[in-house]
Amino acid sequence: MSDKIVQSAHFDYTGSKLGMWLFLFTEILLFGGLFLLYAVYRSLYAQDFHNAAQGLSTALGAINTIILLSSSLTMALSIVALRQGRIKYSIVLQTITILFGLAFLVNKYFEWSGHIHEGIYPNSPELLSRSHGEILFYGLYYVMTGLHGIHVVIGMAVIAVVLSFTARGTVSSESFNKLENAGLYWHLVDIIWIYLFPLFYLIT
Amino acid sequence: MENNFYHTPGRYSGIFGWIFSTDHKRIGLLYLGSIFTFFLCGMLLGLAMRLELIAPGRQFVSAQTYNALFTVHGVIMIFLFIIPGIPATLGNFMLPLQIGAQDVAFPRLNLMSWWFYLFGAVVVLTSLFTGGGPPDTGWTFYVPYSVRTGTNVSLAVFGVFLLGISSTLTGLNFITTIHRLRAPGMTWFRMPLFTWSLYATAWVQLLATPIIAITLLLLMVERSFSIGFFDPAKGGDPILFEHLFWIYSHPAVYIMILPAMGAITDIIPVFSRRIIFGYKAIAFSSIAIALLGYLVWGHHMFTSGMSDFSRMIFSLLTFLVAVPSGIKVFNWVASMYKGSIQLDSPMLFTLSFIFLFSIGGLTGLLQGALATNVHVHGTYFIVAHFHYVMFGGTVFAFFAALHYWYPKMFGRLMNEKLARIYWLILFTGFNILYFPMFILGWQGMPRRYYDYLPNYHTGHLISTIGSWILATGVLLMFFNFFRSLSRGEKAGDNPWNGATLEWQTTSPPPTENFESTPEVTKGPYTFR
Ligand code: HEM
Ligand SMILES: [Cu+2]
Repeated sequence: MSDKIVQSAHFDYTGSKLGMWLFLFTEILLFGGLFLLYAVYRSLYAQDFHNAAQGLSTALGAINTIILLSSSLTMALSIVALRQGRIKYSIVLQTITILFGLAFLVNKYFEWSGHIHEGIYPNSPELLSRSHGEILFYGLYYVMTGLHGIHVVIGMAVIAVVLSFTARGTVSSESFNKLENAGLYWHLVDIIWIYLFPLFYLIT
Repeated sequence: MENNFYHTPGRYSGIFGWIFSTDHKRIGLLYLGSIFTFFLCGMLLGLAMRLELIAPGRQFVSAQTYNALFTVHGVIMIFLFIIPGIPATLGNFMLPLQIGAQDVAFPRLNLMSWWFYLFGAVVVLTSLFTGGGPPDTGWTFYVPYSVRTGTNVSLAVFGVFLLGISSTLTGLNFITTIHRLRAPGMTWFRMPLFTWSLYATAWVQLLATPIIAITLLLLMVERSFSIGFFDPAKGGDPILFEHLFWIYSHPAVYIMILPAMGAITDIIPVFSRRIIFGYKAIAFSSIAIALLGYLVWGHHMFTSGMSDFSRMIFSLLTFLVAVPSGIKVFNWVASMYKGSIQLDSPMLFTLSFIFLFSIGGLTGLLQGALATNVHVHGTYFIVAHFHYVMFGGTVFAFFAALHYWYPKMFGRLMNEKLARIYWLILFTGFNILYFPMFILGWQGMPRRYYDYLPNYHTGHLISTIGSWILATGVLLMFFNFFRSLSRGEKAGDNPWNGATLEWQTTSPPPTENFESTPEVTKGPYTFR
């Protein structure tokens, strides 16, 4: 191929970032549908939502918020470390980020199983005996935190892949774009939680 | 050996050289092959429905089979054929060529989109033969029926979800490509208007498709876990599903029509030998349509239960969308004024596009008006309207564009004499098939029924005869298409004397598209 063609001769950093941001938009819209449902049903059943929210543990939610916020910090630091050429340090930070993700999921697991134990899960007799708003509140709770949980898993997988690239040297202080994009994705996952937390645990 | 992308050896050979190729041209042709196949499937189902409707009473399918027929026909035509349609096939092929790029911004993502498409298609097709049998909800999957029916809705919906991912990623890719990979001198206002239309379409694909994704996911969740989001017995609201569905599906009609309008806009100047009239107006009207298109979804739900106030707002906004569409039609006609028009096959299809699309668009306005909407909602009037827009509009434009870009893609010309013959067959067949439906609908014939009262017989009979004529035309076109691949006359690089950038390289283009990066010094329709 002739070297006269510039476009592909070197990697387009801005293009890659643009693509990533566009992708994040689509994720926000995906959750947007659920936020819309939340808004509609909250306005229809404000009192029921208030009652139902008492059933969620603010402490567990707060712990998960702290975990995710910290993981965003380690993620950001790992990028700084990589750009400074401190590969080992970056690898450690990426690993910690994944572990934070895992901790989040473990916590979530206990939270969910607690509710299920109490007999509160979609279509359960216990839940169906409650008011309409509470049924919908818990429906939204399971679906929104569930979809978010799936995103946490995907995020962890993406970081793991980039981690292996970093170990092999394909992601490096010259070429840190993949790690940055993985970071952007992780921050998105974080931000969505930042909205879920108050909507389900704080405002009652 | 000639230097073109068919001959350049890649990493893989044979079929793998295609299905693992990241070359946008090969991917475009992969889509083209897939889309042709599904169009033929959809057409066969359409013919089957028309045959059932040839006379009152049961002819050869049961009511349940008929329900499956129109559902699967709709799903295939919408999600497998017309939404990927022009952008994924001709768009993929032409976009980088039109802006002087070597490929799209993310070639591997582009290949992945095709795989998502294929995978989604396979899942949709699997749903027809497994589980409780083909879905019978209509392509709109309205709750509560779609939650209750025993047919294989979940799997079909999952397939559509995958197709949505494919469409979103294509949009993402095109936006980035247009922003980042324009050749030196290719300013925004020197871009061909087909590229402009792809740009507007790509934004719609990107910003609307996630909504259908979540809607369909919710439907699957409802079917598996009965949460009750759309179930009044549990406090949910079925109308909310309709809102979510149309928040995507109205913008989606612009995914279908905008690229078609773009192709038409590129063809008209070439065959009138005149510069396009109102370049900027056409470019901005694409954007305006894309934007306004988000705000009118409620017009599908005038009879579903909405406050009078929202109905009036939605009706008003619907009338507003007609303005940019009208701008385009007037500009096309003005571009032809005093031109030296050549009636080659691409132009014949283009002119029939303008005619049929205008009928489709104007009857759309009739439904935008609240009073008439109540009268015609759920009747054959709607069936006629959307076939005029989608088939008479998009598909005729697609045919025009196929004939126009055929030499670009394959280096040969399609047989022109045959093309004129089947153009006439298609055009007449189309009108015989669908025009009676306007009348039937106006008289009250409801859609989605396998049977009808005897007083509708004449209309249905004419319509069914039309379907045979139309199908003949389609088959002749495919015959010409495939025969010309080997037998067509050699076209040379630029048989139509097009001025846009894709014609400035060889036909078919080399793998890297241009010998050297082109420098653009003039607008896209300057013929002298
Ligand atoms: C090729 C010839 C075609 C024939 C003979 C045909 C015929 C029909 C018929 C008879 C119906 C059902 C009417 C009813 O009972 O309600 C129908 C519905 C439909 N058609 Fe076509 N059609 C054709 C092509 C197309 C194309 C090209 C598209 C779109 C690109 C399309 C999209 C649809 C859709 C979306 C429906 C509605 C399905 C539903 O009610 O859920 N058709 N068509
Ligand atoms: Cu609409």
